Formats: sequence, structure tokens, C-alpha cells
Amino acid sequence: MQTNQEKNVEPIQLQCKSEVKNLNFYYGAFNALKNIDMVLHDKKITALIGPSGCGKSTFLRCFNRMHDLYPGNRYEGKIILHPDDVNILAANVDPIEVRMRISMVFQKPNPFPKSIYENVAYGLRVRGIKQRAILDERVEVALRNSALWDEVKDRLHDLAFNLSGGQQQRLCIARALATDPEILLFDEPTSALDPIATASIEELITDLKSKVTILIVTHNMQQAARVSDYTAYMYLGELIEFNVTDTIFIKPKNKQTEDYITGRFG
Amino acid sequence: MSVVLRMKSINDLEEIRRIIGQHKRWDLIFMVAGIFALMIAVLTFMALFAHMLIDGMPRLSWDFFTSFPSRRPEAAGILSAWVGTTLVMLVTAISAVPLGIGSGVYLEEYAPKNLLTEIIEINVTNLAGVPSIIYGLLALGLFVYQLSFGQSILSAGLALALLILPVVIVATREAIRSIPVAIREGAYALGATKWQTVFDHLLPYSSAGILTGIIIGLARAIGETAPIITIGALTFIAFLPPSPVSNEFPYLSFEWLTAPFTVMPIQMFNWVSRPEEAFQLNAAAAGLVLVVMTLAMNGLAIYLRYRMRKNIKW
Repeated sequence: MQTNQEKNVEPIQLQCKSEVKNLNFYYGAFNALKNIDMVLHDKKITALIGPSGCGKSTFLRCFNRMHDLYPGNRYEGKIILHPDDVNILAANVDPIEVRMRISMVFQKPNPFPKSIYENVAYGLRVRGIKQRAILDERVEVALRNSALWDEVKDRLHDLAFNLSGGQQQRLCIARALATDPEILLFDEPTSALDPIATASIEELITDLKSKVTILIVTHNMQQAARVSDYTAYMYLGELIEFNVTDTIFIKPKNKQTEDYITGRFG
Repeated sequence: MSVVLRMKSINDLEEIRRIIGQHKRWDLIFMVAGIFALMIAVLTFMALFAHMLIDGMPRLSWDFFTSFPSRRPEAAGILSAWVGTTLVMLVTAISAVPLGIGSGVYLEEYAPKNLLTEIIEINVTNLAGVPSIIYGLLALGLFVYQLSFGQSILSAGLALALLILPVVIVATREAIRSIPVAIREGAYALGATKWQTVFDHLLPYSSAGILTGIIIGLARAIGETAPIITIGALTFIAFLPPSPVSNEFPYLSFEWLTAPFTVMPIQMFNWVSRPEEAFQLNAAAAGLVLVVMTLAMNGLAIYLRYRMRKNIKW
């Protein structure tokens, strides 16, 4: 945390990538997210922390309209995506369009039972890209950006299931990166991995910051402290506190946040 | 004090051993009963199969497969029967596979979860238990008379397709349902539409299960007799349907669809009902062929499932 302190004094003007305005989310009658207001800064990492069931994954999945896949879910409020100021929760915005702009990496590595190459290329194929040269190039760039290229370049057509857990998760990151998303969502990306794989994923996430805006859900507070620039603490569907990560971890304004961070509850 | 006394008696080693011995006796009794029950099933089938093998094996020769039925048992063969069975199965497979997979995919992925869908789902499952002769009656009324397909291969194939449709639908749904939600969400998260998710992921990953369902359905259909008799298959037929391929343009002919026909089980039934001993041997030989065909299909299903699942472990 000490090493991060310089960030506090960074004088740059921050650009806002996305604004959440008075977001409410309902699973049927259950109000899972309550009046959330937040911003995602461009090319920064924002972490969502909080005890289990606080709604952090639910919140994350609003960003790519994942809740639209299941009946009985309802959004209220807005998530504005800049620079075109579109409200991605609006009924007239196609969730498929939103998912093409905002990628997601899941809790457990979920590669398709296809080759490594086809996994990374799938997002491009969905967009109708068929030219081999373009696919080859994009796949390589994505695999390089996810620090997997050197390990798999000689066996791109092997089944993705033959990779280790950590490699599979980096493959899923490459798959999400291949389409140049504007925001990358991570839903507890290391919870199914061992400490060494976790460290490599964390390093990768930190490196990716220069390319893409990142929102990450984590149950691991040290992880949030290590990788993120901003942290939001959520509890029972409410956003309790949102600030620069160092402030949240060193001098939180809210008593609840402090209790959670110091491990007094959670 | 009394508690201590009781504890002592509970932990008495002799007593514990006696109780364990008593309990284990039930293990033994059930094991013997279980083996006995299993043997009744296995031995009965083996006895039947052996009997058929002994009776029918001597009749199996190249001529038996290439001869038409005849009044002289030693000259009779199953040519028209196995050709009929093959063509009927072809019609059954071609019609049941797309209908079954389509319905299964729709019910599993597209249908809104409401009361109507639930009623349809329950009915589809129940249809698998409807007696096959009912399908025969339905086919007689609908295909033979209403649609004027006649007492033909087409009518028989469609009747059997109706019969195995529930099997294919249920197999499709179960195979699709066994794909983890994470895979589905992974595809949707990349911006895939429902159709792209189904076509690029769900169908390929469930193909082993669907194929198994199709083969098991066909293996059931191949032995069906009642619905085929109901729609009017002939029991004695000494000619082949017109060939599907010809030398002249347009090279493909569909005349065979409307031809009269017979199938293996009906040929068997015909021979069994003859008084002459020699025809019984023919029936046994035909039965042998039918059983081997069915077992081969089931074996293929098991092999395909093994082969295609080897690379997919959820």
C-alpha cells in the first residue's frame, strides 16, 4: 500500500469512462442493488469489495447486461457509457451490442471445448470476421497481451482444456481482449486459482490498465489493495463508500468500511 | 453413575462384535438375493439368445440375405425384409432427427418458462410411454388415408418417426442441459446471439448425447411390429421397392417411398406363424439378424459417446 501512495498526488485530469446513476436492480421483487452512484475512470482499475451476497457480482453483471439472460430481472437507473453517452441499461439498447463493447472474465475459467486459437477467435467470429490473416493477427496480439503467447504459440490448435487452470484463465482474458473492449469486467477472476497463478493474473491485470478500463470484483481485500486505483465497498446492495484505493484502505470515512477492512466483520 | 454403567455396556467389545455380525448377515442375504435377481434377467436373455443362435445359425448364409421369401423354407430369405427395414429406418431418421433436435433446442433454449411450456414438456416425456400401436392407428388415419401416402415405406417411416420423436427430444434436452451455465454465459458475454450460442456451442458440445439418443431411438424403432402391421405392411413380398438411384436423369428417384414393403420383425412373425418346423428355423435366423443389428446400433451409440466425450469434461 505504501508504494501506491504516490497515486494520491497525481495531478492528471481523470477522464470518466462510465457513470452509474441511481442504479437499482431487482431479481423479481428482491431489490438487490439500491440507488448506486459511481464512476469508472478511464484506463483505471476499480475494485468492488464487500462480504458475500452484498451485490458486487450483481452490480458487475449489470455492465454487460448479463441479467437479461434470465427472466424476472429488472434494471432501474442508468449506466452511461462515454464517449457516446449512451445509457447501456436502456430498453432500446441491444444487450448484444453492450456485450460487444464490454467484455467479461468469469470466476472459474470457462474456455470452450475448442482449440486455443478458436477460443480467442470466437469473439471475432461472432462479429463475422472470417479473413484468416486478420484472425491470426488479432489472436496473436490478444495472447501476447494476456502473457500467454510464449506458452501456447506452438500448440494453438490443441484443446484449451489441456491448459492449466491459470493458463485457462489467461486464455479467457485473451478471449475477452481480442475484440478490443472498452471496459473489461472481472468477476473474482482468481478465486479458483492457486497463489502462483493468482499472482500472474494480478500482474496481468495491472499491465492491462494501460489499454482498457477495468472493473474487478474481488473477495480478497489484499488483491483489491494491490491492483486497484479505486475501490468501492458494498454492503447489502448499497454502495457504502467509494474512493481512491489508498484512502479506502488507510483512512476510510465510513465506520462500516473500516470494520470490514480491518477484519472486524465480513 | 447409571450413565457410566450404560456407557460401559455399550462399549463392551464382545457385544459390539455380536451386533456387527448380526448386521453383516443382512449384507450377505441381500447380496445373494441380488445376484439371484440379476441372474434371472441375464440367464433368461442368454438362454433365448443361445436357443436362437443354435436354431438360426445354420440357416445364415449369403443366400439367406439375397433371397426373397418363398414357400419352400430352405430357399426363403430376408432380402425384401432387410431392404424394407433399411429404407423405413432411413425415412424415420431423416424425419425424426431434425424435428426432434429442433423441438429439443427450442424447449431448452428458446421457450419462455411458463405453464404452457411446462404442459408441453410433461406431455413430450409422457409420449415416450404411449403404446406403439396407438402411433400405428394415428399413422393409419393421418398418413395412409388423410394424406394418401398409402400403405407405403413413407407412412411406415413417418409412423416410427413419431414413435421415437420423444426419445430424440428428451435426449437433446438432457444433452444440452448438461452443458454448464458458465459455457453458455461465456458465449453470450462475447456478444453471441442465441442462435450463435446454440449453433457454435450447445449443439456441437451435446452432439454425443443427441447421437446416442437418436441411435437408441432407431434401435427401438427397428424392432417395432405393431404400428407397421396397423398401417398395413405386407407379410409376404417377393420384389424390391424401386431403386433410389437410377442411371438416367435425374439419377435420384423417390418412387420407393410409396412402394409396398415388409420389415424384419414382420417377416419373422410371418415365419413363426407357419406350422412347418423349417420356417421356425428361418424365424430364428431372422431374429438373430435383428438382434445383432440392434446390439450393433447400441454398441455404436456407446462407442460414439465414449469417443466424443473423451475431450469434453465439465
